[in-house]
Amino acid sequence: MRFFEKFRMRFQMLFRGREAKRLDAELAFHLEQQTQENIGAGMSPEEARYAALRAFGNPTRLREQARENWSWSRMEPLINDVRHGIRTLARTPGFSLIVILVMTFGAGATIAMFTVVHSVLLKPLPLPDIDRLVQVYEADTISKFDNNPVAGGTFESWQQGSKSFEQLAFGWYDSEYNLASSNGQLPERVKAAVYSWTTLPVLGVRPAYGRFFTADDDHWGAPGTTVLTWGFWKRRYGGDPNIIGHSIILDARPYTVVGILPAWFTYPDPRVQVWTPVRPVVPPQVMEEHAAHNFDVIGKLKPGVTQAAAQAELSGISAQERKLFPDGPVFNAANLRPLLDAETYDVKTPLYMLFAATACLLLIACLNIANLLVARSASRHRELAIRAALGGSRARLIRERMTESVLLSAAGGVLGVGFAQVALQWLVHLRPDLPRVESIHLDAVAILFAVGLSFVCGIGAGLAPALGEKDQQVIRTLQESSRSVSGSRHSVRLRRVLLSAEVALTVVLLIGAGLLLRSYQRLRSVDIGVPTRNVLTMSLSLPEGQYGQQWKPDPRKLVFYEQLLERVRALPGVRAAGLSTMLPGAGDGEDDAITIHEDPPLPKGDWLDADVRWVDPGYFRVMQIPLLKGRYFSDDERLDRNQYAIVSESFVRQIMQGRDPIGKHVDDSNNGQLKDKTAAGNEIVGIVGDVRREPDEPLRPTVYYPLYGGLRSDLMLAVRTASDPSSFALPVQKMIAQIDPNLAVSDVLSLDDVIGKSTIAASFDATLLALFAILSLMLAAVGLFGVLSYIVTQRQGEIGIRMALGAQREQVLRLMLLDGLRPAMIGLVLGIVASAATTRLIQSLLFGTQPLDLSVFMLVTFLLLLVAAIACLVPAWRASQLDPMQALRTE
Amino acid sequence: MGKPNDLVQGTLDLLILKTIALEPKHGWAIAKRIQQVSGEILQVQQGSLYPALHRLEQQGWIRAKWAESETGREAKFYSLTAAGRKQLDAEAANWKRLSEAINLVVETA
Repeated sequence: MRFFEKFRMRFQMLFRGREAKRLDAELAFHLEQQTQENIGAGMSPEEARYAALRAFGNPTRLREQARENWSWSRMEPLINDVRHGIRTLARTPGFSLIVILVMTFGAGATIAMFTVVHSVLLKPLPLPDIDRLVQVYEADTISKFDNNPVAGGTFESWQQGSKSFEQLAFGWYDSEYNLASSNGQLPERVKAAVYSWTTLPVLGVRPAYGRFFTADDDHWGAPGTTVLTWGFWKRRYGGDPNIIGHSIILDARPYTVVGILPAWFTYPDPRVQVWTPVRPVVPPQVMEEHAAHNFDVIGKLKPGVTQAAAQAELSGISAQERKLFPDGPVFNAANLRPLLDAETYDVKTPLYMLFAATACLLLIACLNIANLLVARSASRHRELAIRAALGGSRARLIRERMTESVLLSAAGGVLGVGFAQVALQWLVHLRPDLPRVESIHLDAVAILFAVGLSFVCGIGAGLAPALGEKDQQVIRTLQESSRSVSGSRHSVRLRRVLLSAEVALTVVLLIGAGLLLRSYQRLRSVDIGVPTRNVLTMSLSLPEGQYGQQWKPDPRKLVFYEQLLERVRALPGVRAAGLSTMLPGAGDGEDDAITIHEDPPLPKGDWLDADVRWVDPGYFRVMQIPLLKGRYFSDDERLDRNQYAIVSESFVRQIMQGRDPIGKHVDDSNNGQLKDKTAAGNEIVGIVGDVRREPDEPLRPTVYYPLYGGLRSDLMLAVRTASDPSSFALPVQKMIAQIDPNLAVSDVLSLDDVIGKSTIAASFDATLLALFAILSLMLAAVGLFGVLSYIVTQRQGEIGIRMALGAQREQVLRLMLLDGLRPAMIGLVLGIVASAATTRLIQSLLFGTQPLDLSVFMLVTFLLLLVAAIACLVPAWRASQLDPMQALRTE
Repeated sequence: MGKPNDLVQGTLDLLILKTIALEPKHGWAIAKRIQQVSGEILQVQQGSLYPALHRLEQQGWIRAKWAESETGREAKFYSLTAAGRKQLDAEAANWKRLSEAINLVVETA
């Protein structure tokens, strides 16, 4: 009730004009009553009125006292302050504009990065019971593996032995299908999530239409079923619910659509278009295999079970497994991570680093503004002293100046939100590979953050100069003659301190940016082992229904390989064309535990690991990978005559310890009995040069097998062209459509682009940080310039006296230059110390560069000194050009 | 006009609340009533009365309404709200306790 009363009053008080009139009426009524009474007591009307007024006291004062009790009366001076502030700021539009602009960039960048960090790293995934969902990896207590995919057999053992989980699920999400053309729509490659039937229930999602998979859909030999994601269903099938029960053709096999996922569900990747059960594509042997690590595993913990307890339990089971299956890469532990953490693991450090960088930038911006405000308040010194002397309370004067800085930062904040919006769009456009990129939006939390940020910045920037003023100085300021020779030392010192802090932060940013740029430069200059100019690449996947299963030798695949290569090589302008399962620089790898037949068996629990690739006989010539010894594959090494292998230089170095591998036999363990292994293994017939998976990866031992064995369906086509490879994309795709109109082609890129894509993260981090560093360098330069200009003006009289007494212009120049450079030097030293302490934090982002890279530190020192010298030179030069007579006369 | 007796701090609120507890009154009548009932000892200064009234109104303890006065002119009549009635009881009890305590000290010592 009382709350309501109060609220009603407050509401009324909004209409102050009316209330004021009412108060007047009330007081007038009182006066009248008193006058009437006085007349009744026998006074003359005039006398009665005066007596009443006397008793009444000062009506204005009374009115004010009554009004002070009104709810908003405390706001009144604030509103006045705001008005006053706007007027003061409008008087110096240049200053205000610069400050607002600086704030816009600083706050905008910070808001944008905050939004990214919040949306990607902090906001929980929109799944029910997200706190109980974990990603499970295999780990090993001996070697350094800790985030390894899980082997089928190990998964089954966990599933049977573990009591910590409500449900475990497995599968893989980087799978693709060839969707055949239908109803006049083109064939396309669709990204698929291939998971056990338990997965969608574990994730807590319910179908929008139809149903999800059941155990009946999810076993070896089950007929094909699929669940479509909402977006794909809308796009390809016009959102027609009648599609349920109908078949779509994936990889030339029919899959019955059983359900549609809800629109909000975009896990694990918004690009996923269809879900299919995993067991129909995984032969039962794979689920008994402990050494072939294939699967992504998700689990839902039982309520009350901690992650650590579940991890201990699974590790216990794995340790048993290792004892049972001591051969090959069988791991002995498990590693659990919260689902969100697992998804964003790779981008955590860079995003936090960029966020910290924007925060630094904002801090520099605030320091700069504080600096400018100190200068302003110094020039208003006398005005403020007079007001203080006349009784203006210190709090009131401070508040007035704080209002100014809060106004400035609020304006900057509002513009900053707009700037952040633009920056976010640009960022999302630039980095579609970021996890959860679809959830990046300026939401209420970000706006709240922006509001809070603006106030903190405004108050922070305003407080420094306001508190710098000392009350006791009032008298001295008033006594100071206008011809002050020394200027106000206090505010100069404050500005120097602010400036040093600014320079120190700038140095930290510059060094961070320098290290990342150096890393990026190293990364781009890495030789991946093949010439990358004028190579067109694309990826193909031969549908099982038409070309037979992957890993099963099939002459139909062979016919396709040969037909494709022959026709592409015949295109005008094509120098050469080759096929492989993986191309250098493309990032992904396929590796396997291998054995050398001639060598004694390794100790239990130890194994050798190498990358494995399947290539056509002409591949090495196409990619220009040099043959170091032996020979390439020959055309007739095909189908069952495929027991040959070629190894890389680093294979000889790392696995053979420099011994000659030719004539030895190599074999790999992947997929267990799936591959038609021969007792003899594959004879090594040649040694070729090394290539890299990715520029930032070390050289890995590699084994090449003949593609013409007809095992592989996932292919990469590489075409070496005479001119710009992109102009060949269309003719090659048309050619493929002629061979098989249902075959979709994806990732059509030049090899240079492929490598560019794999270094996009490094380039992005380095570019952004460099941008922030340059901005802050500019701010620091402006700060230096401003401070020294100010000092020069303040010391004009002193300079005049020095010159009159015989100081040379060069001496004055040197004096002023040193004066300006001193805070820069102090800041530089502080910044270098701070950098040395912090660059370790970004070590994981560096490539071939040490956190204390001397050349970067030297370069930054040089650059900063150069910029500082230029910024100081102008005001120092101006000082040295002063006419002493003029300087002494000027007040 | 004699020298006004200074009111013990905080008691003006109690006096106002008590005075309008029976029926709504306008400012002048409140001052008059306090003066009369106290046997002309308590003189409420206008300078204290109106700020106090406005403060009490802001606090939600009293409510104001414009109505015709006995002289036929519009005047602002103050009346107690439910919260104000509780406040009056609390302050009256408090005052009683305080004055008894003071009496004890004054008479015994």
